[in-house]
Amino acid sequence: MFEVVAFYLFAFLTIAMFCIVVMTKNPLYALSSLAAGMIFISAFFFLLGAEFLGAVQIVVYTGAVMALYAFGMMFFDSINDIKESVSNPRVTFMMTGIIALLVVAIFIAPIIGANATAHYPIHEAYGNTQDIGLVLFTKYLVPFEVAAVMLLVAMIGGIILAGKKMDISITQLSEQEIDNHKTDTEIAKDIK
Amino acid sequence: MSVTLNDYLILSTIIFMIGMYGALRRKNLLMLFFSTEIMLNAVNIGMAAISKFHGDLTGQMFAFFIIAIAASEVAIGLGLLVLWFKRNNNINLDSLQSMKG
Amino acid sequence: MESYLYIALFAPLVGSLFATLFSNSPKKLFVGIVTSMLLAVSLIASINLLMYVYFTEVIIHVKMLDWIVIGNVDIPFGFVVDQVSVVMMVVVTIVSTMVHIHSIGYMDHDKSFNRYFAWLSAFVFSMMVLVMSDNFAGLFIGWEGVGLCSWGLIGFWYHKEDIKRSKNIEESPYSTLSPYSSKSPSWAANEAFIMNRVADLGMLIGMFLIFWNIGSLQYNDVFSQIGTLDHGLIVAIAAFLFIGAMGKSAQFPFNTWLANAMEGPTPVSALIHAATMVTAGVYLVIRANEIFTVVPEVGYFIASLGAFVAIGAASMALVATNMKKIIAFSTLSQLGYMFVAAGLGAYWVALFHLATHAFFKSVLFLGAGNVMHATNDEINIKKMGGLAKQMPQTALIMTIASVALAGIFPLAGFFSKDLILEVAFGSHAYILWAVLWITAGLTAFYSFRLVMYVFHGKENYDHKKVHPHETYPFVIAAMTPLAILAICAGWFEHQFVEMVTKVLPPLDIHVDSGTFYTLIAVTTAIALGGIIFAVVKFKKDGTYYSEKMKNRLCYKVLANQYYIPHFWEAAVTKPYAKLATFSWKELDLKIIDTIVDGIAKGIYGAGETGTAMQSGNLSKSLKWMGIGILILVILVVAFGNLK
Repeated sequence: MFEVVAFYLFAFLTIAMFCIVVMTKNPLYALSSLAAGMIFISAFFFLLGAEFLGAVQIVVYTGAVMALYAFGMMFFDSINDIKESVSNPRVTFMMTGIIALLVVAIFIAPIIGANATAHYPIHEAYGNTQDIGLVLFTKYLVPFEVAAVMLLVAMIGGIILAGKKMDISITQLSEQEIDNHKTDTEIAKDIK
Repeated sequence: MSVTLNDYLILSTIIFMIGMYGALRRKNLLMLFFSTEIMLNAVNIGMAAISKFHGDLTGQMFAFFIIAIAASEVAIGLGLLVLWFKRNNNINLDSLQSMKG
Repeated sequence: MESYLYIALFAPLVGSLFATLFSNSPKKLFVGIVTSMLLAVSLIASINLLMYVYFTEVIIHVKMLDWIVIGNVDIPFGFVVDQVSVVMMVVVTIVSTMVHIHSIGYMDHDKSFNRYFAWLSAFVFSMMVLVMSDNFAGLFIGWEGVGLCSWGLIGFWYHKEDIKRSKNIEESPYSTLSPYSSKSPSWAANEAFIMNRVADLGMLIGMFLIFWNIGSLQYNDVFSQIGTLDHGLIVAIAAFLFIGAMGKSAQFPFNTWLANAMEGPTPVSALIHAATMVTAGVYLVIRANEIFTVVPEVGYFIASLGAFVAIGAASMALVATNMKKIIAFSTLSQLGYMFVAAGLGAYWVALFHLATHAFFKSVLFLGAGNVMHATNDEINIKKMGGLAKQMPQTALIMTIASVALAGIFPLAGFFSKDLILEVAFGSHAYILWAVLWITAGLTAFYSFRLVMYVFHGKENYDHKKVHPHETYPFVIAAMTPLAILAICAGWFEHQFVEMVTKVLPPLDIHVDSGTFYTLIAVTTAIALGGIIFAVVKFKKDGTYYSEKMKNRLCYKVLANQYYIPHFWEAAVTKPYAKLATFSWKELDLKIIDTIVDGIAKGIYGAGETGTAMQSGNLSKSLKWMGIGILILVILVVAFGNLK
């Protein structure tokens, strides 16, 4: 009983938040609604017994990704001025509506794979975190490591893309050239 | 009455469609990113639901990796967006048309 | 012995390929010498084979390669040397060798010297394939090959422009009084090839009927089983094969190409239009004699047509002033003689006349070539005259050949021609005999008219421009063997009959000796009469037809070749040209080109409409992606349940 109520409550809230995200003109409202939606999705994960995933969702998504977006938004000023003009909003709406309808129809049909056997079955005896840990570090080790490398690459990529004077490599310059090399602020002073 | 897998899947679909509608409609590049996040999260819900109702941990692993990927994607995406903003001073989608034709 | 067969067959091909290497180069004398040598090699091989076949009576039969082996069809490249084909081989190679040597002298100023020899040797090769093949398919290959090479040789000077038609009888290309043999060499070549091609359709149909009913095209199989077929079918086969022969041997109505083929170089006319290609039709009838003997009604038709052509051609030669056309008409006339003999069942007589005719006709043409070379390519006999003083050897040779043609004892023509007349009389075909008898007189007359005009009498040429001189000694040396053969070929009649009747049916005519000698006397009388009339009238008047005669209708009709070329042009050429233009403009341009262009334009248009999708706008691309997803989902729902 408790489950049903929670499910519908959170479902309603999530949908509402996300609708605000896609409909509002104010980017700040959108950002806030998105963050709220993330939290509610984490609630779903808890409902589904995937506690580890729920915690990760809050930490990574709501904490890191939203923060990133917030900082990014601070970067772009005067973004209120963007006119959101779509040539045919009705067409878009209709299209998504129809697709939603059809996919729902697909899902309502009897689920195939009722005979599917689980590859990595859930052990109710351990907690969810333990269970995930077991599978992650045995069967999914290689994807785990690769994902780590990918995050490293993304981090470096992010630094290079957004940093200043990223085209010069200081480690390859000699001492003399580093001294001669002026910083941005010094150049700005020179111009003045 | 309890909640079945169908309910979760329908929910996932609805949220996915909302995200897709946002992706199609928004002209602000940042809003576009938000819509992408919504879509990814919808898929995650679906994965976790299937995992619970079939007793298989594979779904959760998949959702896990999707979160990792989404995070790195945001990092790079925002970096590129910043560069574009520095060059063009606006983040309107319609200005991003140099590959026309 | 088989190696002799292959040498005789392929030596001309080697020569032709060798000459082709130099086709685009300026004249190289060794090209002519090498090709003539190779032909002499082929001649020696053929004579060897003749001796062998005559003395041992063994027929040499080789199968060189399998050609078509598909299902029930089995056609090999096979060659047979029996008595008939060895006679043809010797005739062809002797005349070809002499023509090659003569051409070295005739074409010595021509810049396409090398190309000429390439075509000429290729022609001889095709003719050898034709006579040596042992099945109808190989015969057909040779048939088409000689058609092609004759096209190349008639149209040898293809760069000459077309002459316009004109009402003036002295200038129209369709008149035998004009200096033009036809509209242009390329036109004459096309006419020859197309006419032959149309007639070949008949031959192909005959071959198809044979194959369909008998299942093989080999001579042995066909002739042994031909009796088992239904009579009407055999008549059809014989008729269709003869249609093919009509085209090659220029029988009416396919006769205009032969006179027009005089546009080519004269040695070509000597080889092709006297001795070899035009006799291919006669050879076909002789070879297929077992088919024709079963259906004598077709034979009667052939004989009647032959007689008709004989007298028609002889009458056209009476008034012509174009020297080569006179000789061409005489060829046509003699071909008619050969077909009379073949049609009446006397196949070896036709073969005999074929051989003797080849000798004296080719040497007549070669002599005409000498005269033309000496008078700067003048072709009107009235503009020559008195050349016997400057060109004594040519004059002598041509006179000998004309006497042989007229059929005076003891030269070759007497034996063969009189035999044909005797056959006609003995088969109780008296009308045919009468026609041929009159034609003999006309033949004698116009041959000597030619000789008189060219070699005797007043000198009518322009002395400032033309300096007639005898041709090179080696050319005369080349013509001499042919002249000697023209004299003595008839003396070998007995050996010839003995050899050839091993494969051909012997003569079944019985004429008692009294009638026999009367016939000879009568024929000789009219021939001599023709000669004497020609000589005497020329000496007396210097001309044959008075002005009044020249204005008469019959003169004009003869000079215009009975208006047959005009008829062909109006009935066939012009409507066909209209049909071709219509097909091109209406069908090809409007329908087919429009469809093809339409497809291309449609694709272009679709592409250009499609570029709207590539606006570079991310928002629009996402929308397209959404539409794609929609379509896929619809497909899943619609077809997903079809398991």
